[in-house]
Amino acid sequence: MGYRNRVAIVGAGLTRFMRRAQETGKELCFEAARMALDAAGLRPRDVEAVVMATAPDVFDGVHMKGESLADGAGGFRKPYMRSFVGGGSGVFAVIHGWYHVASGHFDTVLVVAEEKMSSCLPHPQAAFNGIYDQFLERPLGVNLLWIFALEMNRYMQVHGIPLETIALVSVKNKKNGLDHPCAQEGIPGHYTVEEIVGSEVMVWPVTRLMVSPVTDAAAAVVMVSEQVAKRITDKPVWVKGVGWHLDSSYWTNRDLYYPKYVEYAARMAYDMAGITNPRREIDVVEAYDPFAYKELHHMEGLLLCDKGEAPRLLEKGITARDGELPVCPSGGLLGVGNPIAAAGLMKVAEIFWQLRGEAGARQVSRPVRTGLAQAWGDLMQVGTVVVLGV
Amino acid sequence: MNVSVHIRDYPGIPLKDRDIAEGRVLTTEWRVKARYAWDTGAALGRFFRGLKEGKIYGRWCPGCDRIVVPPRMFCEWCFRPTVRWVEVGDTGRVNTFSVSYVNWDASRSTVPRVPAVIELDGASPGMGIMHLLGEVGDTLEEILRRVKVGMPVRAVWKPPAERQGAITDILYFAPRPGGGE
Amino acid sequence: MAGLEKPSRWQDAPPLYGEQGVWHQYTCGIAGEKFFRGLMAGKLLAATCPECGRRYLPPQMYCAECFTRTGDWVEVKPPGVVQSFTVLHRDLDDAPLAEPQVVAFISFPGTCGGIFHLLGEVRREELCIGLLVEPVFAEERTGRWQDIRYFRPAHPPR
Repeated sequence: MGYRNRVAIVGAGLTRFMRRAQETGKELCFEAARMALDAAGLRPRDVEAVVMATAPDVFDGVHMKGESLADGAGGFRKPYMRSFVGGGSGVFAVIHGWYHVASGHFDTVLVVAEEKMSSCLPHPQAAFNGIYDQFLERPLGVNLLWIFALEMNRYMQVHGIPLETIALVSVKNKKNGLDHPCAQEGIPGHYTVEEIVGSEVMVWPVTRLMVSPVTDAAAAVVMVSEQVAKRITDKPVWVKGVGWHLDSSYWTNRDLYYPKYVEYAARMAYDMAGITNPRREIDVVEAYDPFAYKELHHMEGLLLCDKGEAPRLLEKGITARDGELPVCPSGGLLGVGNPIAAAGLMKVAEIFWQLRGEAGARQVSRPVRTGLAQAWGDLMQVGTVVVLGV
Repeated sequence: MNVSVHIRDYPGIPLKDRDIAEGRVLTTEWRVKARYAWDTGAALGRFFRGLKEGKIYGRWCPGCDRIVVPPRMFCEWCFRPTVRWVEVGDTGRVNTFSVSYVNWDASRSTVPRVPAVIELDGASPGMGIMHLLGEVGDTLEEILRRVKVGMPVRAVWKPPAERQGAITDILYFAPRPGGGE
Repeated sequence: MAGLEKPSRWQDAPPLYGEQGVWHQYTCGIAGEKFFRGLMAGKLLAATCPECGRRYLPPQMYCAECFTRTGDWVEVKPPGVVQSFTVLHRDLDDAPLAEPQVVAFISFPGTCGGIFHLLGEVRREELCIGLLVEPVFAEERTGRWQDIRYFRPAHPPR
């Protein structure tokens, strides 16, 4: 592949997920970054470069948000880069950090992701309308939820999946989220399928309890070269594979039942990691679940099962924490919260903790050596995948 | 190190709406005064002129042999210029649909609207545009009874004098009886 | 480039006008909350870094250099020193101002950083870099930047 260093994640930090934080975006970054550094046992001056992932400036309402957040992320007078691919950013940030270290350019990089969506009024959902084409789509009075509902219905129709089966994802993840110390108040809980399906219809077939909430939070991980990893920890979590893929913005010209861009991103990561049979070789998965059906949609894109088969794995309990292939043991976006860019990094942090046996009450039952975190974003466009291993 | 350990040092300060409404926490507001004037570009410019005439135009990519709608001056697959305008039909089939009870600003609406992706006849397979369905009912139950994926539909246009050269020159797509399955 | 249609008919469709439609409400943050409540009490507050000892005004919750939490909040007394200034003749929408406005960057001895604010009660001839200034607080204060109406020339400390 032509890169110099093996790269490991050696520490992670996560703020509480909040519907509305008093902290500014900078302060959220500081909290997460400090937690990650403390966890890694490193000092701020050990950090050589900082990578930031944060979604549209329009949420925080701060122009050039990346630059504004820099000093809160430890980027003061350091090489600093910001990247953004919508919701895919949180995992993309790890790929970005990986590049920094694998290239031999830096030995210690702090990767931070932040979102303070609550500043956006009347509702952050309104800010998303900008993703739609201003000529062809916005004049129809669009809402972000439309595109998800359209995709969800297509997925259900092509494979004949009942709503009740999809609701099982919300049931599983909201229950898993009860064990996450950072979970947003009121989000995790014990729910029945009837309660999920019977909750307020927002854009049929999407009901309220099938959607992740609006969240303010930040996350951070420390990525280091092999040299540094060996010095500071007995349990480095290695980056085995990275992949990312962007599809076109002509989403109405694509068949939405299957996320091809997730497959291409996954293949890229599997090739790099030398994985030929992901169903057997991946032990734990954090797939992006902003909506209940998305977890299933992405599982298929990640080649963890055949097209249309993900619901069966869910029904059989295979994707539960004590199942053969646990998916979203953290509780995911449905069970913890959805701070756009920080959500993906939360998933990477979860795999990190799972692989080190440090996930506490969320620890999956089976022994785990290889894990995968995936994020998605934009107009059903981007897949970002990271494979981690010990 | 479990995350539980560190979050004790940085527990975060979650707020409720009333903390702000009652002045327990200080805030400030800002409204950006930014307006945009978007030019359509060559492709959509012609497309909208077509809509004004009651026609839907696509472009042909010779490299991929695709007729693409919405039209574009270059093909995003083979990255070559598209070469010809092609009139496609104003009929098609429902690729997917949903039933919306939310407005653009997340506020609730009592009147459902039916967003859909409609694959247009005369364009390449799978070439869809998003629009609304109409004449399909007023309640969720009725809409779900009447609308099916694959259902044939036709555009219902504004009267010619009212058309502006915009996507709303098509009011909605309605079920097309006798269009076959 | 062969094949690209020349855009000769710009009037095919008029431009579409639109707005963002959202606005923003910002919390002041952990440090900001304290600072603005200080303003309400008629005080300028700074926060100190326990490692490097720098005092920040406006205060931050963390020291950007040392990347550690600040503590030890202190009141900073005027005067401040004008580091730079400019005279505005037009407003944010490019309309002419009835009266020119002076905006200055003011820093306070012993602190890091500085603040932007208006200068008032100042004659054109007095305006200079190095001018000592003091805040004029509003009668009614609500925890906003406008709790200081403007800065005016101060007498040197006796």
